[in-house]
Amino acid sequence: MDSFLSLLSFGPDGWGDQLAAGTWMTIRLAVATVPFGLVLGFFIALAKVSERRWLNFLGETYTTVFRGLPELLTLFIIYYGGQVLLQRVVSLVAPNAQVEVNSFVAGMFALGMVFAAYASEAFVGAIRAIGKGQFEAGDALGMRRATTWFVVVLPQLIRLALPAIGNLWLVLLKDTSLVSVIALNDLLRMTNIAVGATKQPFFFYLVALLIYLALSIISSIGLSKLETRFGRGYGAAR
Amino acid sequence: MIDLELLSRYGPRMLDGLVVTLTIVGLAIVIGAVLSAPLTAMRLSANPVVNGIAYGYTTFFRGTPLLAQTFLVYYGAGQFRGAFESVGLWWFFRDAFNCIVFTFALNTAAYQAEILRGAVRSVARGQWEAASALGVSRAVTTWKVILPQAFIVALRPYGNEIILMIKGSAIASVVTIFDVMGVTRLAYARSFNFEVYIWAAVLYLAIVETLRRVWDVLERRLTRHLRPANA
Repeated sequence: MDSFLSLLSFGPDGWGDQLAAGTWMTIRLAVATVPFGLVLGFFIALAKVSERRWLNFLGETYTTVFRGLPELLTLFIIYYGGQVLLQRVVSLVAPNAQVEVNSFVAGMFALGMVFAAYASEAFVGAIRAIGKGQFEAGDALGMRRATTWFVVVLPQLIRLALPAIGNLWLVLLKDTSLVSVIALNDLLRMTNIAVGATKQPFFFYLVALLIYLALSIISSIGLSKLETRFGRGYGAAR
Repeated sequence: MIDLELLSRYGPRMLDGLVVTLTIVGLAIVIGAVLSAPLTAMRLSANPVVNGIAYGYTTFFRGTPLLAQTFLVYYGAGQFRGAFESVGLWWFFRDAFNCIVFTFALNTAAYQAEILRGAVRSVARGQWEAASALGVSRAVTTWKVILPQAFIVALRPYGNEIILMIKGSAIASVVTIFDVMGVTRLAYARSFNFEVYIWAAVLYLAIVETLRRVWDVLERRLTRHLRPANA
């Protein structure tokens, strides 16, 4: 038992500081992905509820593709595809330059695009639930469409979409582990390194799983608090 | 546009990979379904200890990444080689394919148990009471009254779970399995032709879309008694 505890200690002998750094990277990646995913998801939702048929089509296609592909495949497509694409662009200017795509950025894009596909569904549901009347009321008051969106619709949208977005956050938190495959030093990759050095796979993977579990549980508690807060004024939170 | 030479070299292997992917998902879903039944029963139990164990199980498997679970089983099993050999189970855990099916089945059992629990809960209490008023035993009530209604509610979430499992199965490629994703990674590593990833994408989309269509038909057929005539 003592030897296991010393494996987790901080400092030169233990792996505590490496695991902590990995956890921090996991959290940073997940947090960095959300704003990108939300904004992209919102615009895709707008496309889907638009009156223009070609925008509907684009929105639906995007959702079908990114909800249907394995996250790991999306990640590889962005990572390797991004590399190929950037290399071509850069070699126009500097023929001998070597481009390398940052795995954090690739992970953020890939996970964000998947997040956006699911989030757009949540937003569409919320926009439908809010109803046309709110827009019409805005028009009747002489508000511009943009003002109606920001002042009237968005605040309601947050409350309605929050439970679904919360679930997406929990899924995202777990999906960040995939980025370890393209060598981002997240929690899982740091664990792999610890396993490689100590030959204690069961112990270290169990510790990693428990850290992920703790992150999930803390998130769930935070999300239910948020839902209560955004639900105030609407009777019971659920 | 399509590199025919590449296709003739890796196309057949992709199809082999497709068989592997579908086998892994099929086995995991079926074994997971079997495991989910006792889990659901435990979750619906009034006994706090029994309930707590099942709750802990589902929370653990739903709250942690499948990739990390896979590593725990695949690499962790090797550490207990002696113990597994002494109970005659080493042949099972030695094989990456078995480890994958094992992990995926445990994982999907947790999700399926949650689906089933929600579905059983959604059946109105009056159904239990009516059956017990008629003197029908609890076992018969469960089989003949509650579960048929629960399965209709659970149908859509089940379909989503299978789709999630198909997508999740790409993880198998990380532990040396040549499923669709595994073959794709091999083909890319050898040819450096990005096109192979596009083929894989098309293949996965085709599987997922087919399943979705089949599920739509299934749902329409199974709920036809719930719709008014001529609707």
